[in-house]
Amino acid sequence: MNLLITNARIVDPSQRLDAKSDLLIENGVIAEVGKRLRGKGETIDAGGLVIVPGLIDLHTHLREPGQEHKETIATGTRAAVAGGYTAVCAMANTIPPNDERAVTEMIIAESARNGACRVYPIGAVSKGLKGEELAELADLRAAGCVAFSDDGKPVANAQLMRRALEYSAMLRIPVVAHEEDLNLSDGGVMHEGFYSTLLGMSGIPAASEETMVARDVLLARMTGSHVHVAHLSTAGAVAAVRGAREGGVQVTCEVTPHHIALTDEAVRSFSTNLKMNPPLRSEEHRKAVVAAIAEGTIDAIATDHAPHHFDEKNIEFDLAPFGVIGLETAFSICHDRLVRRRVIDLSRLIDLMSCSPARIFNLPGGTLRPGSPADIALLDLNARFQVTNTFQSKASNSPFIGETLQGRVVATIVGGMVQYDLRARAPLPAGKPRKRKR
Amino acid sequence: MRAQTSSLQSKDLLGIEQLSPEEITLILDTAEGFKEVSERPVKKVPALRGQLVINLFMEASTRTRVSFEIAEKRLSADTLNFTASGSSVEKGETLIDTAENLMAMAPDMIVIRDKHPGAPKMLADRLPASIINAGDGAHEHPTQALLDAFTIRERLGRLHGLKVSIIGDIAHSRVVRSNIHLLTKMKAGVTVAGPPTLMPAEIEKLGVRVVHSLDEAIEGADVIMMLRIQLERQGKLSFPSLREYYNTFGLTPQRLRRAKEGVIVMHPGPMNRGVEIASDVADGPWSVILEQVTNGVAVRMAVLYLLGGAHAAE
Repeated sequence: MNLLITNARIVDPSQRLDAKSDLLIENGVIAEVGKRLRGKGETIDAGGLVIVPGLIDLHTHLREPGQEHKETIATGTRAAVAGGYTAVCAMANTIPPNDERAVTEMIIAESARNGACRVYPIGAVSKGLKGEELAELADLRAAGCVAFSDDGKPVANAQLMRRALEYSAMLRIPVVAHEEDLNLSDGGVMHEGFYSTLLGMSGIPAASEETMVARDVLLARMTGSHVHVAHLSTAGAVAAVRGAREGGVQVTCEVTPHHIALTDEAVRSFSTNLKMNPPLRSEEHRKAVVAAIAEGTIDAIATDHAPHHFDEKNIEFDLAPFGVIGLETAFSICHDRLVRRRVIDLSRLIDLMSCSPARIFNLPGGTLRPGSPADIALLDLNARFQVTNTFQSKASNSPFIGETLQGRVVATIVGGMVQYDLRARAPLPAGKPRKRKR
Repeated sequence: MRAQTSSLQSKDLLGIEQLSPEEITLILDTAEGFKEVSERPVKKVPALRGQLVINLFMEASTRTRVSFEIAEKRLSADTLNFTASGSSVEKGETLIDTAENLMAMAPDMIVIRDKHPGAPKMLADRLPASIINAGDGAHEHPTQALLDAFTIRERLGRLHGLKVSIIGDIAHSRVVRSNIHLLTKMKAGVTVAGPPTLMPAEIEKLGVRVVHSLDEAIEGADVIMMLRIQLERQGKLSFPSLREYYNTFGLTPQRLRRAKEGVIVMHPGPMNRGVEIASDVADGPWSVILEQVTNGVAVRMAVLYLLGGAHAAE
């Protein structure tokens, strides 16, 4: 199937491109980017919308297998394409966890069958996510895992972390670290600071994250391996990553849109949609994270999309599970808070959400170079809209319901197929479930 | 100071944080009238006749539950006590479902005690009944702070300008949070004291002085408020032993020698004699601990009246 999109602003940081241009897709691949292109198939006038490489989420909880009441691969990937994502990396803490080949294969097969976008499984570091012995990492890698993580839980045992880093270096993929010292967190439910004191809730200190980041960058240096710090949220973790990188350590890191946009003050509402781990931090930490984005210490923005059923969240704050959804609002939040407020430009944002994630996990995509898969998102940077509680995700545990944001995903194309189209009048041909070979 | 307002803004009493100084004064003034009711031979007024108050106690309580129930009865309300044990909560019903089921039987007010911070707000946001917070985790215990203020005002004549020292497990105390809100709103000076392991983060931002010495806390104080030490915290990294705690922060007659003439000693109960407070102090001339309990009924009558009775009378 061929598709010519004319009259677009094309922003592709991988080619340092930001220009009015046309884009031609042939057989699911980007054929050409340039002026006054001619295509054989359908032609769409983008009317000045922005075309970017499809977003890639390094941190998604799809919940399948095992917790299909929260989310499935089908619904989670529909949420992804509604947010401009053309690929998501599925965390291993499913039930059973993705700690063996059969689970990886099931996720890949189900994604090919019912997924609206590409799904790259992340394998567990340890068997059963127990933090005791290594999972069969080479087997997981061979089955298609793109990284290893016990996310949701830290790898408390430093020796296990060391061995995981060494072994994954052989496999040339990173270990994604959920950085938390559970003794310091001590059952905390929100950031430890003024607001936890005011609300009488047990706190998770910043040091719970910072001490573990410090440990893991030292282990990455010792082993010469690549550690990727998941959902970094504190000033001290920023400093540890910056310092380690200056010392030549192979460390990358991601932050979430909610840690960019919100602080622990919001928890005064006791809304369980503000409960996640790491928790919303104080304004001081939030500012440090945003400054680290501006200065380039942060490599990627990842959602930590963590769907939960309404009933699970409709209880007392300290009993509710950690986690919020994020795929459908991530671009809009980041555009509104970072680009509209001139912290970074659009090109840098797309780098953080697409090109850089592709580089960190060595994934296809993240570029509009001819010959690349036609994974693209169409954006309307001027659209202002209010986030409502209706989502493509099965879940609605978003901290952003009611927010008015500027900048919106209008359409998402995966492998040349339109998988999401915001406008009912469908200016783009509707896509069918994508058939994919790995 | 006499009350400048004649009603409360909110349908609920979730905490002291949301109250204005005028509202606090209104409650304390109203309680004075109700204290007199409790001293009559017939201790009953018809203010809440025909109203149903449910006491929803999801956590163990003696003093507060009994005090609320007496206050409700003296106001002629119909009362119903509901505790977590022996109820459908044990079968896994959520608090919201429990409360909505109770609401279907049309109570006018629900008094809730819960170990989870924010539980009263969760009900207040969803139910038309007036919700009274009888203690939610380490968050707030507004009627305790009000009865403490009532007792201080009765003994010392004012709140403004007094020095109040609160000593003990500051981190896990709802009483201390409500008291800090109330006392700072009423322009009293508050000092909190205890080991750093029992001091919550950034509490000084609530406008209090933080010290780690009992002597410093005692010196110059008009009011000393001792907090209960939860015995199960011993040896769990909060402090090494009860013995050491008593030697460091326990209030004894010897330590009180440094105190100002006329100092009063308070405790919200339940007390651990020989842990945070010596019996000689608890039962001594400084102590107003049982007066606090007496005043609790009057203050709770005032709150119930202002939230229920005053509206019904309109």
